Amino acid sequence: MFGLSMSITLFFPSFDFISAESTWVGLDKALSNGRTMGWSFEDPLVRGDGKPLTVILDKDPKTGETIDPPVRAYVYKPGTPLASPINHPNNLGPTVKSLGFSKGKIDQASKEAGAVFTISYADVNGEEWAYPELASVTRGWTVEATLATAGDENTRYVGKGKQVYTTEQCWWCHTLLPEHTQDWQVFGWPPYQGDMNGEMPTAFGSDRKAPDLLHVASRNSSREWMMMHFFNPRLVQPNSIMPRFDYLWGKVDVNGNPIDYAKWRKEYEAYRKGEVAYPPEVPEYARDSEIRALIDWILTSLK
Amino acid sequence: MLFKYLTAKNEDIPPGTATIYFGFSSILWFIIGTGLGSFNAAKLAFPDFVTGTELFAFGHMRQVHVLAVILGWISMAFAMTMMYMTPALGNTRLWSEKLGVWTAFLWNVGLSLGLFLLWLGFTSGREYSDLIWPIDLVVVFGVLLPLGINVWMTIAQRKTQGIYITNWFFGACIFMVIIVFLVGNSAELFNLTGLTEGYLTFWFAHNVLGLWITPVAAAIAYYTIPKLSGNPLYSHRIGHLHFWAIIAFYSTPASHHLLSAPLPEWLKSFASVEGVLILIPAVAFVANILLTIKGRWSMFVENIETKFSITGVLLAIPLNMQGGFQQTRAINWYVHGTGWIVAHAHLALLGMSSFLEIAAVYFGLQQMLKRKLYSLALANFHYWFVIIGFCIYWISMTIAGLIQGGGKIYEVPYIDVVIAEHPYMIARWIGGTMVFTGNVVWLYNMYMTAREGTVVPKGRYAHELAYER
Repeated sequence: MFGLSMSITLFFPSFDFISAESTWVGLDKALSNGRTMGWSFEDPLVRGDGKPLTVILDKDPKTGETIDPPVRAYVYKPGTPLASPINHPNNLGPTVKSLGFSKGKIDQASKEAGAVFTISYADVNGEEWAYPELASVTRGWTVEATLATAGDENTRYVGKGKQVYTTEQCWWCHTLLPEHTQDWQVFGWPPYQGDMNGEMPTAFGSDRKAPDLLHVASRNSSREWMMMHFFNPRLVQPNSIMPRFDYLWGKVDVNGNPIDYAKWRKEYEAYRKGEVAYPPEVPEYARDSEIRALIDWILTSLK
Repeated sequence: MLFKYLTAKNEDIPPGTATIYFGFSSILWFIIGTGLGSFNAAKLAFPDFVTGTELFAFGHMRQVHVLAVILGWISMAFAMTMMYMTPALGNTRLWSEKLGVWTAFLWNVGLSLGLFLLWLGFTSGREYSDLIWPIDLVVVFGVLLPLGINVWMTIAQRKTQGIYITNWFFGACIFMVIIVFLVGNSAELFNLTGLTEGYLTFWFAHNVLGLWITPVAAAIAYYTIPKLSGNPLYSHRIGHLHFWAIIAFYSTPASHHLLSAPLPEWLKSFASVEGVLILIPAVAFVANILLTIKGRWSMFVENIETKFSITGVLLAIPLNMQGGFQQTRAINWYVHGTGWIVAHAHLALLGMSSFLEIAAVYFGLQQMLKRKLYSLALANFHYWFVIIGFCIYWISMTIAGLIQGGGKIYEVPYIDVVIAEHPYMIARWIGGTMVFTGNVVWLYNMYMTAREGTVVPKGRYAHELAYER
């Protein structure tokens, strides 16, 4: 009887899961997140190591031609473990897998050499399908050229940001799953079946003490607001019960000067008591800080 | 101390050593777990309480509370009861006292390590299976498997003809929880991703409750209530109905936790129907126990173990009525993801399950220490602090959940829901702190029992003796 219930709940659904075709959202998540999140061999200290970089390209890194509208490319430096659907192409779903092989050449990707992926579209029986493309082979985009073309201002630390979301366990209060009720009218469309192929963990969340975040960047795309809100949520929402995430700034700000948290808190306390009219300025974060990665992930992935 | 038995010969270890070791460990983990719960609740009521450091951030503390309670308190209390009930029901000795002591030792070490890592942020990011997979393997092969071997071998060498219903549950549930751990965490081991991972996460979360925490707690009641009251179990056959209905119906409704996720619709509908059928084992269990205690209801007032036990059984009634119906689509759309579910989870773990285990730990420790409880007054203090604290928690979170559900349906701006919930967050913190306080008193009471409790003469039960103070 235990075996029967295991068949019904594990074996039968696996046919449904294996036939789920990856959408653009699913491909974007999988390629920008890398192999896995949480603790793993590539990231033993859960600092966001071994994750790919997402870049926004408005110029072709090889030919220098303008790309309009800009496209996303996913840069795997040599040694970065490849995304789950590249290692296990069955995760893409049958149609996307065959497109990825025939047009995208994803079977030629190698962890040792590094890789640059992008997402392209193909027409199959009159329908538009997104598929992963190994741009380092099909278009000659090398890792160095792609990163140099994008520059720091167009590089998004999406993989590292999702890792921060996972290890800070934001999903204890925020869900990534608008519900099939009036809920989605506020928080946006619930995910499609193929929207999480290759994502690990999905971090749906079950206990919502705060708004759903699946489409938060569509509601609020202000990096400055995010900075203030993470440093101390009460700066922008006096009744918020969210914890302060000021520690994600690390020790130094963008100019390399040490951040004086004690001084900041003292000044904030004076503001909170009404002794001064304005709160202290939130420090500008360093380029390699965890908070930058987290905001990158939110503004890039949660649209 | 008990550490000396780690290296002693098996025949030199007095029977009951593993029970005592597990018993005190479980109480200690209960204090840690509820203390963390109280701390976390304070942060939800007052977000700037202990702030600005990564280690004491809510996200780092929340799951340590849950797993300290599930794997520390509840599961160790289960192991403790198995160490003394299984041999008693088979009219034999524990297969290996030494293995039991080692299991308890490894369990404490492994769980401390796992929770410490989780606290630092080493997580798999998957609810309930948060422990990273190397720790999961320690749990399976260092803890659950040795425990299982001990219980299965004790059942095999029993000197009675049949197997009592409690041992049916013990033996089967350890087997099933091992399977559940291995399958649930296979997503991390084999990098299974996407919907498969999301589904396996809640498949694990559901089954670890349904095939481990609630049935073993019920199995404990099948032992304690007849033992304490002196009445035979009302019906062994209804017990078997309970057992097989758990196996058939409780192992399948995992996807009712993910009704909004794009899982196959047939799977969600199937899960909802099976979820209602959970009422069959639930009703069988409650009816069986309440018919067993018939004629001895005075013990509910007079005897502290019966008081805890029957309270747990009575709390199973609202638990199952909520559980059976809140997972149908008709109700789930309103309460999903709200404080209602948090209240329900605490009704299951702190209400029904913990009360049954507290009774069994009280009873078992007195039996194995051969000493009568040190203070009935302190035990009653414990009872009332836990039950009142729990009720404050449960009621306040249920109200908060209904507010939240209303806010969700009527598209109230989220921050207004947060403001409306604030008083209930304070109430939950007070309730949780009361439970924590009661447990600290309990540990003191059991420690004093071990040192100064009246010695129980051979062949007598502790609860048959009068108190001397």
